[in-house]
Amino acid sequence: MDYIDTNTGNDIPEAAVISEKAQPVTITRRGGYFLLPLFVPVMLLVIWELLSRKGIIKPTILPPPSDIWLVFFDMLKSGELLKHLTVSLWRVIKGFSAGSLLGLVTGVLIGLSPRVERALVLITGLLRPIPIIAWVPVLILWMGIDEASKITVIAIGSFWPVLLNVVHGIRNTDKKYVEVATIFEKNRWTLLTKVVLPSALPSIFTGIRIGIGIAWMSVVGAELIAASAGVGYMIMYARELSQADVMLVGVISIGITGLLIDYAIRRLEARLLKWNI
Amino acid sequence: MSVNSGQALSISRLSKQFTINTGTVQALTDINLRVEPGEFLSIVGASGCGKSTLLRIIVGLDSESSGEILLGDQPVRKPGVDRGMVFQEARLLPWLTVSDNIAFGCRSETPSAERSRLVREHIELVGLVGFEKAYPHQLSGGMQQRVSIARALVNCPKVLLLDEPFGALDAMTRINMQQEVLRIWETEKTTMILVTHDIDEAIYLGDRVVVMSNRPGTIKKIVPVQLPRPRDRSDYDFVQIRKEIYTEFFEQTNKPFAYAI
Repeated sequence: MDYIDTNTGNDIPEAAVISEKAQPVTITRRGGYFLLPLFVPVMLLVIWELLSRKGIIKPTILPPPSDIWLVFFDMLKSGELLKHLTVSLWRVIKGFSAGSLLGLVTGVLIGLSPRVERALVLITGLLRPIPIIAWVPVLILWMGIDEASKITVIAIGSFWPVLLNVVHGIRNTDKKYVEVATIFEKNRWTLLTKVVLPSALPSIFTGIRIGIGIAWMSVVGAELIAASAGVGYMIMYARELSQADVMLVGVISIGITGLLIDYAIRRLEARLLKWNI
Repeated sequence: MSVNSGQALSISRLSKQFTINTGTVQALTDINLRVEPGEFLSIVGASGCGKSTLLRIIVGLDSESSGEILLGDQPVRKPGVDRGMVFQEARLLPWLTVSDNIAFGCRSETPSAERSRLVREHIELVGLVGFEKAYPHQLSGGMQQRVSIARALVNCPKVLLLDEPFGALDAMTRINMQQEVLRIWETEKTTMILVTHDIDEAIYLGDRVVVMSNRPGTIKKIVPVQLPRPRDRSDYDFVQIRKEIYTEFFEQTNKPFAYAI
């Protein structure tokens, strides 16, 4: 039980930081601020552990948290967990870079030119509602089961939120700032780089955060279907061997990694958008 | 009235209609005005009288329906750095520091050494030394407006247009800023046109006060203010001029249905 507390104690305060965009205003007792988010998960873990020990929950279906922690620790020490996580993360980095870059460029074009928007309105409207998972079999057929199909799935997943938020950000550029640029006889390039894009940046960041979240979900989805490495594969393989504890280690590490990615992006955003208070 | 080598701004037979879904609105009708080089001209009017539209046409953000504006002997067609503008909201780019906002006002062909010299000079001019690296949200409303003035002056425009620049400031800051603008006008000798609904402000600053009437916006009267500066708002002559301008507005409210449509 002791190490369960240390484990949750390590990641829950980050959750607390992440859920607060601005500094807390109404918090009077700092103790409550840090302890409250811990309270519910710790209680759940205690109940779960007790139910398992009493034999009410079958350990083959849902092992007790202490067992999961031990397996987690073993897999961390042997490097197996990190190996799978690295494979998945690397796919996310490649796929997300491609998808978000494409989303950014297309978004800028659509945001700036009503003609481009008219030209693409039908095709984006048709493609956007397609669930990412539906692309997996199609892409496997086209590209085979290696890296290319998985990276493409991730790229598709991160493309849409980036695109939509870039368009939204550009559309919402305050006309007053555009007028200022007009008065100073700024050319289109200066208008874009000094006025339109900076003012769209908070929105672009929202797109990037949602996009990377979806990219992380897509990689696991793609790996569940066809892969020989990666967290998704690890979970599927553990299922075949009926290793419930390994499966749960995989599931929980997905959550933790997602949390850490989001945290990193928020830190980057806070640094780049100092002016946006 | 101080006269320097600048050029006069002359507006002749200027009219402006807006088309809205219920028809056309006559915003300005037959405006004739000559602003002397180095003059400080105030324009007062109730809200909706077209005084801001007049400034927007002079700066080139809106176009006139008929008539002509000449700056020197050049007709004004589109926005240009020979005319500076300060809006009611400071309109500073929130992602740029004070220095960078002022530098944004510079012509693109200005070399960077020249640019930083101009920025430094204008930061000194508006009294913001020490705030070069601050972001707009870290400044008070008055300070933001100082940056906006510096940005508008950085190209040494022939005319500086001020569109209710102190309207959003509190009373104390407003009086403070009026004195600042007066000091800047005296140092820079830029021609300035101030649009305001504050009669005291118009008299305190202007060489002449243009009184505009409501719908259609026309020039009702031009009141010269031949008082030495700095002016005392409780001075007898000041109060007389204020009374004269007040009368213009009271007269107008007695016939509230004198609309053009």
